Amino acid sequence: MEVFVVVLGALNEGFLQTLKLFVVTLLGALPLGLIISFGSMSRFAPLRWLTRTVIWVIRGTPLMLQLIILYYVPGKVMGYSPWGTGEAGRFLASAIAFIVNYACYFSEIYRGGIQGVPVGQQEAGLVLGMTKRDIFFKVTLLQMVKRIVPPMSNEVITLVKDTSLARIISFQEVIWAGQAFMKTSHGYSGLLWPLFFPGVYYLLFNGVVTLLLGKLEKKLDYFR
Amino acid sequence: MAAILEVQNIEKHFGATRVLEDITFSLEEGQSLAIIGSSGSGKTTLLRCLNFLERPDKGRIAVRGETLFDADDPSTQKEDEVRRKRLHFGLVFQNFNLFPQYTALENITLASKLLAKEQPDFKARKKQLFAEIDAKGKELLAQMGLADRAGHHPHQLSGGQQQRVAIARALALSPDILCFDEPTSALDPELTGEVLKVIRNLAQRNTTMVIVTHEMAFAHDVADQVIFMDGGVIVEQGDAKEVIDHPREERTRQFLARYGAN
Repeated sequence: MEVFVVVLGALNEGFLQTLKLFVVTLLGALPLGLIISFGSMSRFAPLRWLTRTVIWVIRGTPLMLQLIILYYVPGKVMGYSPWGTGEAGRFLASAIAFIVNYACYFSEIYRGGIQGVPVGQQEAGLVLGMTKRDIFFKVTLLQMVKRIVPPMSNEVITLVKDTSLARIISFQEVIWAGQAFMKTSHGYSGLLWPLFFPGVYYLLFNGVVTLLLGKLEKKLDYFR
Repeated sequence: MAAILEVQNIEKHFGATRVLEDITFSLEEGQSLAIIGSSGSGKTTLLRCLNFLERPDKGRIAVRGETLFDADDPSTQKEDEVRRKRLHFGLVFQNFNLFPQYTALENITLASKLLAKEQPDFKARKKQLFAEIDAKGKELLAQMGLADRAGHHPHQLSGGQQQRVAIARALALSPDILCFDEPTSALDPELTGEVLKVIRNLAQRNTTMVIVTHEMAFAHDVADQVIFMDGGVIVEQGDAKEVIDHPREERTRQFLARYGAN
């Protein structure tokens, strides 16, 4: 019984890190993705191609590789690591890699959502003397949000699980916490069963995420 | 009577294709003008030029004697001024283009409320201004026979009702000239009547209108003037009844014969 409490405590601590990475990634990637989507739709061709190249590279290579490169390469090149040696630095590096990676995915979903709103909506706003800014915020945005909720739900659920990739740079998230008991952690050695518990955490958390996003989808049901 | 709208020598290309050539006409205040012609004749493009959704390559557009657009004068084409100039015109689209997330009343009042924010005394008078705008919106809905539909969203309304809301939305900004782009073409036949009736009422109230339409009988009965377009040029224009009953040009005759108006 005492073992169980200790293991749960360690897993909770790990899951708190998982959650932290999840929330920070969402907060960063949701707005950054919108900015990137504007870049990829820009009428200024060089900006459009630059943005689309970045999206291609980020989406075309594994997030795990991006994490390793971002965390280790600067230290090897400059002789000292900008991330320091502690958990804070590992979190910061993970957060940056995750935000950039997910922003690129989000940007493509946004682009689909924005381009999916009929051009007549914008024209209707224009002939009513509305500014482009007003047209975006008062007319297009909500219609776009409604369109992107289902594909975004997919991405968000994937993000919950992808946070585990950060353990490749020893970020101490929930799987790391469970796996540690295989060797030695909190005075216990050779425990296998704690490894199964992170799955329960993910499952429960994704259950909550699915419910919340389902509610949002319902909330936007009042128009078509 | 002086012309409220003067259009001179408008020309428009899409790439190498010339879609409008030497379009010249004028319209007097309180009159309605029907633009007829087969698909691809340039009617809709002309209407879009009037509403600054397309920029003509040549020509001049003036309302009440004020030049709103002159292809030779870049100072008439500044982005921010174009936004204000658009308010001289209202446009009712073929596909309504109502904002789906807003109720019928909100669709009608949205632009007015945004414009009210640009008034210098907006903060002090916000409540009063918005109350006036809402009252006008409701009045327009009632005029369209939709007083009981104020809180409905577009998807809860029939096509005919949606188009009437769209007409009210265009009227809310009190444009000098109200334009219609085939307002009944997207409607089921049994719903065209209610929309045409609304437009007919507007004509009786001497609303200045430009109506692109395929409804020849309607153009004949309601419009004062008519323009027949073909291949991007005006083939014939004049008094609506005269042109439709006694076309002078062969092309007009053939077109009208196809549409069974004679």
